Amino acid sequence: MLLTTKNLGITFGGLKAVNEVDFEVERGTVAAIIGPNGAGKSTFFNLISGFHKPTTGTVTLDGEDLTNLPAHKTVRSGMARTFQTTNLFMEDTVLDNLIVGHRVRTKSNIFDAILRTPRLRREEKESRERAMESLAFAGVDRLAERTVGSISQEAQKRVSIALALATEPKILLLDEPAAGVNNEETEGLATLIRKLVEHEYTVCLVEHKMSMVMGLADKIMVLHHGEKIAEGEPKEVASNEAVIEAYLGAEEEDDA
Amino acid sequence: MDALGRHWKKIALAVIFVISLFVPFFVQNNYFLGVIILGYIWAIATYGLNILLGYTGQLSLGHAGFFGIGAYTVGVLTVGYEFPFWPSLLIAVIASSVLGFLIGIFALRTRNEYFAIFTLGVGFVIYLVIERWEGLTGGALGLIGVPYPEGIGPIQFDGPGSLYYLILGFLILTIYIAWSIANSLVGRSFMAIRNSEELAAATGINVGRAKQLAFAISTGVAGLAGGLYATYIGFLGPAIVNVPTTFEILLYLLVGGMGSLSGPLVGAFLVTTLFQFLQQFEAYRLVILGPLVVIIIIFFPKGLAGLWHAAETRIRKRMNKNPAPDESSESAKEEAR
Repeated sequence: MLLTTKNLGITFGGLKAVNEVDFEVERGTVAAIIGPNGAGKSTFFNLISGFHKPTTGTVTLDGEDLTNLPAHKTVRSGMARTFQTTNLFMEDTVLDNLIVGHRVRTKSNIFDAILRTPRLRREEKESRERAMESLAFAGVDRLAERTVGSISQEAQKRVSIALALATEPKILLLDEPAAGVNNEETEGLATLIRKLVEHEYTVCLVEHKMSMVMGLADKIMVLHHGEKIAEGEPKEVASNEAVIEAYLGAEEEDDA
Repeated sequence: MDALGRHWKKIALAVIFVISLFVPFFVQNNYFLGVIILGYIWAIATYGLNILLGYTGQLSLGHAGFFGIGAYTVGVLTVGYEFPFWPSLLIAVIASSVLGFLIGIFALRTRNEYFAIFTLGVGFVIYLVIERWEGLTGGALGLIGVPYPEGIGPIQFDGPGSLYYLILGFLILTIYIAWSIANSLVGRSFMAIRNSEELAAATGINVGRAKQLAFAISTGVAGLAGGLYATYIGFLGPAIVNVPTTFEILLYLLVGGMGSLSGPLVGAFLVTTLFQFLQQFEAYRLVILGPLVVIIIIFFPKGLAGLWHAAETRIRKRMNKNPAPDESSESAKEEAR
């Protein structure tokens, strides 16, 4: 197992936002976390990636205990994540947004910067190359010199995945990668996620669009009120009574 | 086209540099030379603030306090303890930087407006300490007779002319440091924090430590400006450390353009000069200044540097119109934003 959580939970002022969740992601697969609004999906992501400190339980990535590490250190250990809103800097070029992604793998400091040392030059070059590779992987390298504000929503989603890739992660946590894009574009993003797995990355995503998750995930976990109510292959989960009641039913009502 | 633009900038820089070298020959009037020298000193202080506010996005309102730490370190050491100037200046920079780092440990636990208020408090406390600690700082009477720097080899610093070159040298050094930070992975980390702390942390940047580094650099540069101010003016009073000075520096940065390399110089230089010419209006200067700040923030949030950048983009677009349709459509999109 690449990623394992045991008893993972957090309490916000008496409310158990995530309640003792055991979860595992196998290397080279896509795992999806679904659930109705407020089910604790994003909170679960925040726990794994060090943005929240858990009240109970542990997080292990590739054998390394990450439980109480701050976010930036989990990145060093191979955790990369995207956000629902891409958070990119709109006025800068795509490339400029991405170069900093490799920072976590570099060592040059303020003195390197002022003295323009060979180490700084080498690492700048490496970061730039890594950024271009990641953009090419995500299929947006031709947009490198455009400002983020001038490219489409879907392209921005791809750029934020590329930014995560630039950190050289073992696992990518994608928080609603297809939010705010149309069906055709969603299919394109699904293809990108498949490509990630083909290249031996591991992906864990939170997603609202059932169609995307069903066709993409090797395994699905369903959260409801912070608790795991089901887990398994897409087919099993889709036919699970508790899931239909908690989530699918609710969604149909919403859609109607 | 791009190469032409770059060359154009280099030529302009060279011209400005040559002009700055000959300023003392053109300006025989010591008063005007003094205005220019002070402009340079405030520009250095503004570069310090730009590293924290412009690059890292943290608004500190304690900047004058650290300027004061630098100024008074030089003042107290040279006047009170008859230390030579150069080691005093070095100690001043280190002291203000280390103090900034230490205060940053606490101040940076707060965010946004709370950070601004916290640092405002810090700046005011520094002012109070300087004003009340009469035995050390001379209190409200201040320190008189801060000496000019000792000569280095054949170069003597004995008047405004030679001091002009000294301070110009430090200004160029400061601009170089600002440039080298902006064009490095360290600077990119700062700007990532300005953009989004969450995303910065998710890319593996130690946000707390990077902010603290930016704070320490910023206060160190403020201390440098303070130390130069002390030796140039020769007299120190607590007023210079007080809160209004912070807002003046902030104004220079807003006028010039936050986060840009030329902004601090342009802003500090222009506004200090303007101040001198408006001196006859005394307190009414603020009546002119207040609305000016409001107008800048509403209509030109990126200051003069931003205005210049927009004009440049427009000119390029116009020049590109015919030969390269691809590029022009791109810059058109850029502008449409």
